[in-house]
Amino acid sequence: MTFDWAFLLGTLPAFFRALGLTVELGLIAIATSSLVALLCSSVLLLRLPVLGVLVRAYVELARNTPLLIQLFFIYFALPSLGLKLSGYSSAIVALTFMGGAYLTEVLRAGIEAVPRTQVEAGMAIGLSRWQLFRHVILPQAGVFSLPALFANFIFLVKETTVVSAVAVPELLYTTKNYIGLYSKTYEMLAVMTALCVLLFVPLSLLFRALERRLRHAQFGS
Amino acid sequence: MSALIELSGFSKRFGDTQVLREIDLRVERGEVVVIIGPSGCGKSTLLRCLNGLEIGEGGLQFAGEALDAGSDWSRVRQRIGMVFQSYQLFPHMTVLENILLGPLQVQKRARAEVQAQAEALLTRVGLGERAGAYPRELSGGQQQRIAIVRALCMNPEVMLFDEVTAALDPEMVKEVLDVILDLADGGMTLLIVTHEMAFARAVADRILFMDEGRIAEEGEPQAFFSAPRTARAQQFLERFSYLQNVPRRK
Ligand SMILES: Nc1ncnc2c1ncn2[C@@H]1O[C@H](COP(=O)(O)OP(=O)(O)OP(=O)(O)O)[C@@H](O)[C@H]1O
Ligand SMILES: [Mg+2]
Repeated sequence: MTFDWAFLLGTLPAFFRALGLTVELGLIAIATSSLVALLCSSVLLLRLPVLGVLVRAYVELARNTPLLIQLFFIYFALPSLGLKLSGYSSAIVALTFMGGAYLTEVLRAGIEAVPRTQVEAGMAIGLSRWQLFRHVILPQAGVFSLPALFANFIFLVKETTVVSAVAVPELLYTTKNYIGLYSKTYEMLAVMTALCVLLFVPLSLLFRALERRLRHAQFGS
Repeated sequence: MSALIELSGFSKRFGDTQVLREIDLRVERGEVVVIIGPSGCGKSTLLRCLNGLEIGEGGLQFAGEALDAGSDWSRVRQRIGMVFQSYQLFPHMTVLENILLGPLQVQKRARAEVQAQAEALLTRVGLGERAGAYPRELSGGQQQRIAIVRALCMNPEVMLFDEVTAALDPEMVKEVLDVILDLADGGMTLLIVTHEMAFARAVADRILFMDEGRIAEEGEPQAFFSAPRTARAQQFLERFSYLQNVPRRK
């Protein structure tokens, strides 16, 4: 069997578009998940009565069900409740739903690592609970959480492949599509793998560098 | 005029442990009160109750206002500075940011005014050049002086010091104690918990000797240190004078 380079080159433009979409979905999911996690972890930290229980329930639900099922629920089941989302929107909602829960757990662990004595020092100068969270706890928790946070960011970008199941033309969907149409299995899997390496290795390196930089800025050497 | 701080029949328990028992105490404005006593007798707990880090039972008044679990402690704490044994500067902020946090965020004061005050205070404690440093770049004694400035910059009416030199190397103790002496000379109301007996004697208007959650004895430093009345205080002081004159081995 021969490796069809000509065919491979012909598919590259489509693959680069797909890669762009994967990156776009990943970045949006990171941003929205972080926002959700920020809100949820402040609810947990401030011990808000009803909201706290809801957040716990959400985190457990989202972490203990497969992303694919969450995605199917949003894409196929919500329309019968009158909420119809496109594949793209469903993908973002599902990734945010899952990512938000994972990142909440990461932040919560970071928050618990901030010493009680630091919180008391903040209380002693009269900071309110919100000010304590914002100025004393979150910046330190963020630094404690950085490695786990970045690992979860990468995990989230990798998980975008799941949304191929609702016809979002990202990397995996594009690969499967070409395989289905032309049976060029080896070539397409090779391109997909190469592009993944191209994406994730630099991303990991970037995060590692960022972690060092942030730690430096936060703790001053 | 009412006393600045007034406790009457004030108690605090943690679960089954009674840590403070029926404390009565009046601290007048401008008074320097030093609290001493054996480990675990409740000195830290007493200070922490005064700014609401712990909530006890019984009468507690600050400047005539009765305080309990439901009080607006954030407002009260702006008037009560506290310094901890382990400094507790915020590691992710520079010295200046540490100092400005409360005045800007809590008191909503103008940055220019606060910054001028911060710089004056830093100079006063001999650290005028270190405003941009991070806590980890400073020695323990320097960090503790910054912690004092951080509390002072809120313009409190009283300062609480909980064994603020206990974590310091001996050569740094003096630089911190000098700052406290300076505050006392300036007429600031101070409540000081310390194991430095010579310092207690030098700075105090009044000594409180605590034992098992009670104020077992109180008096002027001269009288207290030369002739303690209670057996517990005598025992306690003997241990300290022994430590200062450990006999040479044979
Ligand atoms: N949060 C807490 N929970 C339970 N027990 C506590 C707590 N804080 C203090 N205690 C207990 O209360 C007692 C008094 O403690 P406190 O720290 O006030 O003593 P102290 O006089 O400051 O002692 P030291 O000289 O060692 O600092 C101790 O027996 C201590 O174990
Ligand atoms: Mg103590």
